Amino acid sequence: MVPNAFSVLGMYPTIVPVRPPDRNARTRRRAAVPTKGRSVRSDDRSLGNLRKVTDTAAAPTQVPLVQYLVLGDRPHLVANQCTSCGARFFDRRNACAGCFDTTFEPVDVATDGEVRAFTIVTFAAPGVPVPFVSAIIDCDGTSVRGNIVNTAPDPEHVTLGMRVRLTTISLGTDDNGTEAIGFGFEPA
Amino acid sequence: MAENVYILGITMTKFGKHADKDVVDLGAEAAMGALADAGVTMREMGILAAGNLMNASSGFGQQLQKQIGQTGIPVYNVANACATGATALRTVIMAVKSGEVDYGLAVGVEKLAGAGLLGGGGTAKTDGKVWSPKGRYGAVAPTDGRIGTDAMPGTFAQVGMEYGHKYGGASFELFAKISEKNHAHSTLNPLAAYSKRFTLEEIMGDMMIAYPNTRPMCSANCDGGAAAVVVSEAKLRTLSLEQQRRAIKISASVLTTDPYEEACQILPNVNTLTRNAAKIAYEQAGVGPEDLDLVELHDCFATAELVHYDNLMLCPEGGAVDFFNSGAPWRDGSTPVNVSGGLQSKGHPISATGIANVWEVCHHLRGEAGPRQIEGAKVGLAHVIGLGSACGVHVLEKSAA
Repeated sequence: MVPNAFSVLGMYPTIVPVRPPDRNARTRRRAAVPTKGRSVRSDDRSLGNLRKVTDTAAAPTQVPLVQYLVLGDRPHLVANQCTSCGARFFDRRNACAGCFDTTFEPVDVATDGEVRAFTIVTFAAPGVPVPFVSAIIDCDGTSVRGNIVNTAPDPEHVTLGMRVRLTTISLGTDDNGTEAIGFGFEPA
Repeated sequence: MAENVYILGITMTKFGKHADKDVVDLGAEAAMGALADAGVTMREMGILAAGNLMNASSGFGQQLQKQIGQTGIPVYNVANACATGATALRTVIMAVKSGEVDYGLAVGVEKLAGAGLLGGGGTAKTDGKVWSPKGRYGAVAPTDGRIGTDAMPGTFAQVGMEYGHKYGGASFELFAKISEKNHAHSTLNPLAAYSKRFTLEEIMGDMMIAYPNTRPMCSANCDGGAAAVVVSEAKLRTLSLEQQRRAIKISASVLTTDPYEEACQILPNVNTLTRNAAKIAYEQAGVGPEDLDLVELHDCFATAELVHYDNLMLCPEGGAVDFFNSGAPWRDGSTPVNVSGGLQSKGHPISATGIANVWEVCHHLRGEAGPRQIEGAKVGLAHVIGLGSACGVHVLEKSAA
């Protein structure tokens, strides 16, 4: 019984957290000029910094964009597979949509695949950078939705039936210094 | 054996911009139009089914009653994506068919002029200050545009491209030609939101939304309403000869959802549920695709129309490209498809669509379609897809009376 396969899989990479560089330290030092009769003592600052490091000590330095992406040396996707009929789901199910069985096991999804359908999106909601290529990839029998990356987003470079492989993409670092990692498929 | 049911009255408003009317006004216009067309009033109605997807929790049906007549009858407020109108109609049909009521009114209305991209794919996206997992996928940031597209134009583009991958022959130009046909058809429809003919070059050269769908290849957001009065055969036989003559037999009324198949939760499978609905509908009606004089199908995007030629079995499996290239779906072809102009030009006020397409078919079966009349039309089919998914298929026949 795997009610939530992802908690079992240990989705977060077991990288030992590196102390995030305290980019504020220098700024704070510069700002440590007493202003309007209010002084900041240097030992206060040190205490503050120490406290901060303690607070973030357990935070991972990288997180996957979605739980079904496993990072590490060999990034790949995982699915919950119905133990009865083999149907695969990227999120939780109470019963299989195909056969209603209620037991699932986590499985790794093939990282190589074939483009079965795609579109080049040039008009999207505010905040969604365009153009991007959305595709349905047949990963050895498991259909996966993802972007086609590392090639020009045009119908000359992206074609039906083309072979692709999973790759990861940095989405940038948040205010805590944690980097989010997404995935896409690049020409194989 | 449940008895036959008929459309006694049906109407659609002009589709387009109705800045001076709210959804209740538009719904009332459609409902009053259908009642007048039927020659009855709210007094006779035994049930009201109403849909307005954008305000699905507003009690639209009760608001409509307050606007046109409160008689205490049950109201079913329905919401089923783009199949909302067909679902309202089917709800009323089931009630009449069951024998519980003699008459029912189905209404669908939407105000969408200038709405842009709909649903989750149209919502603005911003990253938070901290990557923190949210939702079923534990996503730390919006995934639209990062893990494929959430928006409709791209989703249905992939549906068409998938068909092309499976059977071949589907090109940007082919999809654009489908749109060219529908826009050409629309020039004969005074109720269409857009009735301008486009050349193939204009369609292909227009703004690309989601390859291979350019702007004119996408359904037009607009305002509109549609309504239908349904009557039992027994009651119909007590009405005037003129009412009996204009009544349209509902030979089949079917609603399906998508059965589980691999990939259907990754890219919505709009094929199997349509094929299933069509199979049931042809069996119920005792007609085949070759008997259809016209078809109104859910061309929310040019890429969608292609796959539904196949799903509705208007062509042999895998033969949609050849079917289109043969000229069959043009209004002078063997199986005219979307002679109204389709959703790409007539417009797609979501909840109205699944009744408006039935109106279009009825209009021809009654011989009242004027310059765009398909001569001698006796049998027609109306189809809608609501993503998620729901499929409504109605087969309609000219009254024998």
